[in-house]
Amino acid sequence: MSNDMKHTGKEPFLRMKKRDNISRGKALGIRLLAILLALVVCSFVIIAVTGQNPLQVYAGIIDGAVGSSRRIWVTIRETAILLLVAVGLTPAFKMKFWNIGAEGQILMGGAASAALMIYLGDKVPNAVLLILILLGSALAGLLWGLIPAIFKAKYNTNETLVTLMLNYVAMQFITFLIVFWENPSGSNTVGIINAGSKAGWFPKMFGTDYFLNIVIVTVMTLGVYLYMKYSKQGYEISVVGESKSTAKYAGINVKKVIIRTMMVSGAICGLAGSVIVSGASHTISTSTAGGRGFTAIIIAWMSNFNPVAMLAVSLLLVFMQQGSIQIATQFGLNENASDIITGIILFFLIGCEFFIRYQLKVRKSGKEEA
Amino acid sequence: MEGYAIELRNVTKTFGEVIANDNVNLTLKKGEILAILGENGSGKTTLMNMLSGIYFPDQGQILVNGQPVTIRSPRDSFDLGIGMIHQHFKLIPIFTATENIILGLKEQGRMNLAEKNREVEALAAQYGFELNPEQKIYDMTVSQKQTVEIMKVLYRGAEILILDEPTAVLTPQETEKLFDILRNMKKAGKSIIIITHKLNEVLEISDRVAVLRKGKDIGTVATKDATAQSLTEMMVGQKVELNIERDDPENQEERLEVKDISVYNREGVEVVKHVSFHAKSGEILGIAGVSGSGQKELLEAVSGLQNVANGTITYKDSSGTATVISNMNVETRRKKNVKLSFAFVPEDRLGMGLVGSMDLIDNMLLRSYNNGKGPVADRKAPKELAEQIVKELDVVTPSVHTPVRRLSGGNVQKVLVGREIAEHPEVLVVSYPVRGLDINSSYAIYNLLNEQKREGVAVICVIEDLDVLLELCDRILILHAGEVSGIVNARTVTKDELGLYMSGSRKDTEYYE
Repeated sequence: MSNDMKHTGKEPFLRMKKRDNISRGKALGIRLLAILLALVVCSFVIIAVTGQNPLQVYAGIIDGAVGSSRRIWVTIRETAILLLVAVGLTPAFKMKFWNIGAEGQILMGGAASAALMIYLGDKVPNAVLLILILLGSALAGLLWGLIPAIFKAKYNTNETLVTLMLNYVAMQFITFLIVFWENPSGSNTVGIINAGSKAGWFPKMFGTDYFLNIVIVTVMTLGVYLYMKYSKQGYEISVVGESKSTAKYAGINVKKVIIRTMMVSGAICGLAGSVIVSGASHTISTSTAGGRGFTAIIIAWMSNFNPVAMLAVSLLLVFMQQGSIQIATQFGLNENASDIITGIILFFLIGCEFFIRYQLKVRKSGKEEA
Repeated sequence: MEGYAIELRNVTKTFGEVIANDNVNLTLKKGEILAILGENGSGKTTLMNMLSGIYFPDQGQILVNGQPVTIRSPRDSFDLGIGMIHQHFKLIPIFTATENIILGLKEQGRMNLAEKNREVEALAAQYGFELNPEQKIYDMTVSQKQTVEIMKVLYRGAEILILDEPTAVLTPQETEKLFDILRNMKKAGKSIIIITHKLNEVLEISDRVAVLRKGKDIGTVATKDATAQSLTEMMVGQKVELNIERDDPENQEERLEVKDISVYNREGVEVVKHVSFHAKSGEILGIAGVSGSGQKELLEAVSGLQNVANGTITYKDSSGTATVISNMNVETRRKKNVKLSFAFVPEDRLGMGLVGSMDLIDNMLLRSYNNGKGPVADRKAPKELAEQIVKELDVVTPSVHTPVRRLSGGNVQKVLVGREIAEHPEVLVVSYPVRGLDINSSYAIYNLLNEQKREGVAVICVIEDLDVLLELCDRILILHAGEVSGIVNARTVTKDELGLYMSGSRKDTEYYE
């Protein structure tokens, strides 16, 4: 038998090897190194594309995110909203229900919030209105989350498609509402709602406009954390997520859990809609959700659903976003410049997970050369 | 021709901190049948995967026909004349035998299927295979499919054949046939490696036996010098008592009456056909059958995980209350206090009864999370239970907070069976409780089942190994293609008779009670 040709070849140059365990410190180190590397790569991109000094650009980003107390508050506000959406997605994703419809759930929550502000503003006391807004927006998000859950439980439809399509339905619905709520007429926008009376706006408390935002987000984050970790329902969600057949084996009603969990998840995302509309922008448009429903998915998964990590990742992303607005004006760059930077950082962060799970082995040199 | 077909020198392969093969030296002589014997996890399959190009060794050298070689892909392995027959068949159901055999071969010119059929037929005749080249795979029995797999590598001119657990899916009679073919191939000068953990088969078919234990090669002995006892000791590393106690059943009462039930699978095929039997307290009822004869679906129906199309299952508790439990799901049964527990150990072990990523406590919680009032799940009782099981059943685990995925197979199964026993069931249904376990752990599980029997539980179990079934059970129910072909006295029936029932060549209408 002839065995010339390729059998005299060498061992492959690089091989992957699964790591058994990695200490927390080491994993954190790898992640920090990834961010550092990302910033270095970004510098090259900045020099190549714009010819600017990258250090100045970075200083601009920091200035834009935390350069003044107003900017700091905006960063906090945006972080809070993003975190709230990520928290809302957690139960669904823990159940391995691929809810990419947070965008639509936020919009529906926002729409409910805007409707209550428009129709009930000045008609009921502000405290009552605020409570109605919180409940109403949660209910709207809940219903929007319930639709794909029912289809999934009853007909086993693909939730990814249904939730995604519902996002567009929600957008069209908002476009439809804008026709009624247009202000001033002909502008094709809703404008600032109750600009004079501030009815239904989250009130200024303890010297900040965003006190209520922070309270809501903190309560929901803690609540979801405790719910997932200690409650019977949270346990059911984990079991269903790990294996539906195990859930059946344990006597868990899988359909009920799917429907209930999506109601919870949708309600929190809807609540985020009210935090945006009543607590920040005081208006509504098709871009009210602004892609947060998708960004939050990255946040939730990258953080492995750990609330502290979710806070850190949200902060990082918002930091970069706010910084970009600054460098756009300061250096005359397009706002997309920061999207590129954020993209590169995310690329490195997600990519470094590979190095946390695997080790690369290089071929030992000099052995058995033919 | 003398010399080695394959020689492994100091081959080492590690996965993370796990050493799958540690400095293994092994030789396969030309024209011999070498058995590789070892318990699960001893590194047999890893070693063979290196020969077939799926893994690459960390260290060491592989020689084929005396030449050092590098096997980087299955293709390399094939070019060297090594053919591997895997446990799970890789065939296309809607193709005929010949079409599957010639699939992927690159030849010039137009294909003449009739000619290929003749070639395949001639090759089959040469080795004594019974094979119709034009039969479709979906029409074939497991044994016939395996024949096609073997023909596939022979047709490609393999000189060295590696068979991974080839008898796991065969009846005793089919195994005999396979062995005849292996002997024919040996006569034709092929070198064969057969991986197995069944001692009797090793003694019957092989010329030499290489024993692996925990990744190390313990040594190679000539089969004629070996006995079942000596091989076991090499495999386990210590003296092992290979007896199972069997008490006579006492105070028998009927616990479960299964009457004329049928089950359809998801594709709408009737997989359990009008099955009736009784399970009595204080006895172990074994269920035998070629894999895929409806065992799984029958047990799932009994356990409330499958819908029953017709017939009834009646549960009679020790106080004499009878409850019809067919078509009651697990949730309702628990509410009605039906003390029927089940521990299924599926092929991937963790599949159904346990959640791999959860720790021992949370896995105990699977049965009890809904106990007590209020929204918070009680984790205190499960923690105590987990600690108790770890202590009483000698589960090897760093702590009760370790995810069960990290435990070894035997320990996983102890946790699963332990939890179900802790429910104090009156009927205990177990399927494949010792699948993949080493000898010592297997006997620990047999003892657990025996203890349950002594305490008056009606035990129903599916075990693959017929020898064990004959030693452990009081009665054996045999399934053939979803029907009961017999219920026999395990104390008097022979293995050959079981084989006849399993293949459907024998069918009783009177059952042993």
